[in-house]
Amino acid sequence: MLLELRALHAGYGDTQVLHGIDLAVPESGVVSLLGANGAGKTTTMRAICGMIARSGEIRFAGERIDGLSTEDIVRRGIAHVPDGRGTFVELTVHENLRLGAYTRRDSAVASDIERMLTLFPRLKERLAQQAGTLSGGEQQMLAIARAMLMRPRLLLLDEPSFGLAPLIVQEIFRIMRRIRDDGGVSLLLVEQNASLALAIADTAYVLETGQIAMSGTAEEIGRDEAVRRAYLGY
Amino acid sequence: MQGLLHQLISGLTTGGIYASLALALVMIYQATHHVNFAQGEMATFSTYIALTLIEAGFPYWVAFALTLVTSFAIGAVIERVLMRPMANAPVLASVGIFIGLLLIFNSVTGWIFTYTLRPFPSPFGEGAPLLGGLVSRHEAGSAGVTLAVLVLVFLFFRFTKVGLAMRAAALNPVSSRLVGVRVGRMLALGWGLAAAIGAVAGMMVAPVVFLDPNMMGGVLLYAFAGALLGGITSPVGAVVGGFLVGVMENIGGAYIVGTELKLTIALIIIVAVLVLKPSGLFGRVVVSRV
Repeated sequence: MLLELRALHAGYGDTQVLHGIDLAVPESGVVSLLGANGAGKTTTMRAICGMIARSGEIRFAGERIDGLSTEDIVRRGIAHVPDGRGTFVELTVHENLRLGAYTRRDSAVASDIERMLTLFPRLKERLAQQAGTLSGGEQQMLAIARAMLMRPRLLLLDEPSFGLAPLIVQEIFRIMRRIRDDGGVSLLLVEQNASLALAIADTAYVLETGQIAMSGTAEEIGRDEAVRRAYLGY
Repeated sequence: MQGLLHQLISGLTTGGIYASLALALVMIYQATHHVNFAQGEMATFSTYIALTLIEAGFPYWVAFALTLVTSFAIGAVIERVLMRPMANAPVLASVGIFIGLLLIFNSVTGWIFTYTLRPFPSPFGEGAPLLGGLVSRHEAGSAGVTLAVLVLVFLFFRFTKVGLAMRAAALNPVSSRLVGVRVGRMLALGWGLAAAIGAVAGMMVAPVVFLDPNMMGGVLLYAFAGALLGGITSPVGAVVGGFLVGVMENIGGAYIVGTELKLTIALIIIVAVLVLKPSGLFGRVVVSRV
């Protein structure tokens, strides 16, 4: 397993949000985390990256990372596209991309940026523009490109479709599928749009009020009566 | 006409010193959104370190370099020890620390080095003035040093990875951590750089005004006016603003209000900018779509 959570508790101040979660992301796997608003999906992502207080066990590539700082967790190969996209709005698009490769010492950064720009042609036209002037969809693409430039082993994506037009969402999921098919990167995807999330995932977990209510292959979860009614709307 | 030209040039050279200190202010403002009131006193302290080294027999430029290194270390240590614990404190707590720092640096400087005026050597010699008598060698030299510092800082922020990371850490610490930037280290680095830049300003102004523990008090006000005029969010603006304030101060002092009231010019500029154009000449108005 690339990422393993065992009995993970986390919260904000005195408010506990996660009450002991077990979850695993296999090497090169795509895992979706479903759940209603406030179930603890974003909290799970933040706990993995050490952005909030947490207890329990988090293992990445076999090693405990639950005591590390965000910077050190990221440096081990976990890229996080946070909710709200985390754009450096005052910096240019190109500077945002360069920051994605900040931890890298190799010489392939420039060619990797080129590769990202062919994957996201909209960004290429706006390289010198202040990133805050991009549309929501473009900022989401920028966030994914920035995360991929880290050459991560695990990509955490928090609500990539949030607030975007259906066409843009399709484009983003098409690119995520390409990233998945290229291999080498595992995905942990938090999504409100459950049908999209299940279509791309191998396994899925359903989170309810801070606990895992259900888990299985994406197919099993998608067939489940309760999940369909609650998250798929049919 | 000759007189006006002289005032203009001398305004540009003192403006260069304001520009350096304004740049130091802007660097810390960018990183923390605080104005370090103690920046001037820290620079004075650094200048005394330089004087001590020179009097101990070090050649000027060796003393200069050692002073930069020491000042950098002092700045970084202040950030780690005093400012770090205040990271999540309300603004007033930080303001309190800045005022405390100002008083402590001022008193400690006086206590260690005494309050008597001390001459400070210029590395550019005493020889004949340049440009037909308009600029002294020190004025020309210090303008050159100031410009060199400004260009270096500009190149550092624009083209190096660490410079980019420093800007990122200041603008968006959460996202910076998520790309692996060690934000705390960047803040310490920013404080160190600001202290070193301030030290340059101190060493360049001291030969003109003589060294005493209150040397930078007025300079800080002008520098603050310059930073605001240029836009406190813009390093380039701080530099341009510093030069402009220098010129306004000199010409205004010579022809309008007289030298005794020169400092009011700084205050007028500060008030005028805040009333008329709070973002300053070059300050970035952030545009953002949601």
